Amino acid sequence: MFEGFDALLLARIQFAFTVSFHFIFPAFTIGLASYLAVLEGLWLWSGRAIFLDLFHYWIKIFALSFAMGVVSGIVLTYQFGTNWSVFSDRAGPIVGPLMAYEVLTAFFLEAGFLGIMLFGMTRVGKGLHFAATLAVAAGTLFSAFWIIAANSWMQTPVGHSISSSGQFVPTDWWQIIFNPSFPYRLIHTVLGAYLTTALVVGAVGAWHLLRAPNNAGARVMFSMAMGMVVSVAPIQAVMGDFHGLNTLKHQPTKIMAIEGHFESYPGGAPLYLFGFPDREAAAVRYPLAIPKLGSLILHHSFTAPIEGLKTVAREEWPPVGIVFWSFRVMVGLGLLMIALGGLALLARIRGRLYEWRILLLFAVAMGPAGFVAVIAGWVTTEVGRQPYTVYRLLRTAESASPLDAPAVASSLLAFIVVYFAVFSVGAWYILRLMSHAPAMAEPGLESGDVPIRTAGITPASAIDPDRTIGAKRI
Amino acid sequence: MDLATLWAFILAFAIFTYVVLDGFDLGIGILFPFLQPGRHRDLAMNSVAPVWDGNETWLVLGGGALLAAFPLAYAIIMPALYAPIVAMLLALIFRGVAFEFRWRDVRHQKIWDFSFAGGSMLAAFAQGIALGALLQGVAVEGRQYSGGWWDWLSPFSVLTGVSLVAGYALLGSTWLIMKTEGSLQEHAFRHARISGIVTVICIGAVSLATPFLEEAYYEHWFAWPNVLFTAQVPLLVAIVTVALAVSLTRRYERLPFVLGLSLFALSMAGLGISIFPNIVPSRVSIDDAAAPRSSLLFMLIGAGILIPTILAYTAYSYWTFRGKVDHEGYH
Repeated sequence: MFEGFDALLLARIQFAFTVSFHFIFPAFTIGLASYLAVLEGLWLWSGRAIFLDLFHYWIKIFALSFAMGVVSGIVLTYQFGTNWSVFSDRAGPIVGPLMAYEVLTAFFLEAGFLGIMLFGMTRVGKGLHFAATLAVAAGTLFSAFWIIAANSWMQTPVGHSISSSGQFVPTDWWQIIFNPSFPYRLIHTVLGAYLTTALVVGAVGAWHLLRAPNNAGARVMFSMAMGMVVSVAPIQAVMGDFHGLNTLKHQPTKIMAIEGHFESYPGGAPLYLFGFPDREAAAVRYPLAIPKLGSLILHHSFTAPIEGLKTVAREEWPPVGIVFWSFRVMVGLGLLMIALGGLALLARIRGRLYEWRILLLFAVAMGPAGFVAVIAGWVTTEVGRQPYTVYRLLRTAESASPLDAPAVASSLLAFIVVYFAVFSVGAWYILRLMSHAPAMAEPGLESGDVPIRTAGITPASAIDPDRTIGAKRI
Repeated sequence: MDLATLWAFILAFAIFTYVVLDGFDLGIGILFPFLQPGRHRDLAMNSVAPVWDGNETWLVLGGGALLAAFPLAYAIIMPALYAPIVAMLLALIFRGVAFEFRWRDVRHQKIWDFSFAGGSMLAAFAQGIALGALLQGVAVEGRQYSGGWWDWLSPFSVLTGVSLVAGYALLGSTWLIMKTEGSLQEHAFRHARISGIVTVICIGAVSLATPFLEEAYYEHWFAWPNVLFTAQVPLLVAIVTVALAVSLTRRYERLPFVLGLSLFALSMAGLGISIFPNIVPSRVSIDDAAAPRSSLLFMLIGAGILIPTILAYTAYSYWTFRGKVDHEGYH
């Protein structure tokens, strides 16, 4: 199956596969943890039972997603060493402490309070329980903070020197953490996670509204989700623009690849809407371009000159096609999200938010869009950094472990088989939970007679009461 | 003590905490096939379910701290132990989701029981193999691992793999003695005797083989006057073994678990005597592998504040779930 691949390429595929797969879960749980905190806060503030019902509805889904995020995340801690040992040796003094801080501040905080959040509603006071929910939500954000600090440093490395043995030696931790691209990347990623969650919540709400237009829980979740989409999607577009300008300043070749600019345009560059970049021929085939728009977007001027990939050596070029397309997927989905938010706003003004079938169907279709956009964005930024792991300082080809291709190939195959087997079962459970309409007095995780367990572990009957009854019938 | 040595001790502490905490819950998985399906298995799993996730976080900390504090050692050890580590990670995935899925899919419970038991055994065996492979020495050239990807497999590493499975089973069974009563506790006593005997035999075999793996190990153990100090370790192992046998015969409920942990602590001390002051045994020293001072210091601030906090929380969590498990769980 993997003949003709070298160990380096296989290691890259393996990393891309395991990281993308893992990233699905945090992209969802970051937003969901905050959403749960908002629901609980609204319940405590207003006393309306419906917020508690929704809290109970989504916490079951959260528990499952979180558990899968944890097991897929452990793999990554070790993969730096198994497949990227030279990178680990050289960049370890900087990337390692940032990841260690992630474990110490985020993972243990989450593990510490998840049990109370999931099962403690009837055992600790309301205030303490809310504090636990906030702690878990904060933990997910701390986790994002540290991991993006590490990733951003690899994109825009500063605050270090290089030792005689080739190691990156930290000289200023403040600069390393708050490196030039970090603020943009953190905000863009966290907003992306919030949008991802809002789209999922909106799709579930819309789905149940299509079936039962008067379901009160579905109305609230749809209304909240659309409120989030309409307010955040445009902000995200603006943030994306700022992030792009930052990337232009610090990683110009990435922008050239995103834009498909092989040539230089002294009098203003076009924007390629579509086309097929041909890296060998250094040209975009079948282009659909709008003249001067590229300069307008990047420099806010129609005639600003823009340099192309031909001004840099070919071995500095990232894979143009992947970056070009993944960026368009992300932006295209972002525009659809703005459209969805706009339609929802229109429907709300006209008082038809819960009845307009086209809007509801659109919202259902957009349910998975956040995941696709987040992964496409991640591919754009990571592949765009190529051929470097630490931009302009350490090449990917020089980062890999001294391994034989069969070793990497067999482990890659094992990861693919196991991930699809295990996580498709988990996804099936989540979808089944979502297919169940939110009910009045929605049972929480504490109910049911199966033993209560903590830390992302959820008893069967509490997760899905129908299932246990069904099983007894069988 | 310099920063690198201090970090070596912090790392050793994280690894030992991992072994202590995750050891008994992996042990429950190893014992799973020998427990009666149904009630006994439910009880055994519930006795560790509230705590296993926090336990496993120490494994992530161990990997993260090794990368951060000793990047060179991490870069050499991980490729050298490629296959056992990948096997361990995959096994832990199956085992972790089994906690979740076993309860909700009654029709397929057998599959998830199998995943839990198989995952726990494979993870323990792979960890033991990794330890043995590291002890027997890995090929290093420059700053890289230079051996093949099957080097980890040897009779010695299989022996250490079996040892760790037996040792975890001992921790699991003595944990069950402490946490259960009635017929399940009876079975646990029997499992503790069997796994205890196997564990002690394994400790003996590994101890006899280790000094002859590398000349440095032999020196560390038998050079005069070190031997006066190192000889205490096997002596203490013998005392603990006798005490364990007595405590099992007299049906003490808490002591066997403590004595099981003592065997692990002594084995870890023995390991330290063999390896120290190296981190990749006989190849790379703690000082050579250490990250720059700025990295070690930056992390020390966090570790100094956060590790005690985490330990306090963990203790609280165990306190919350203290006492015997019954079929009603923790209501």
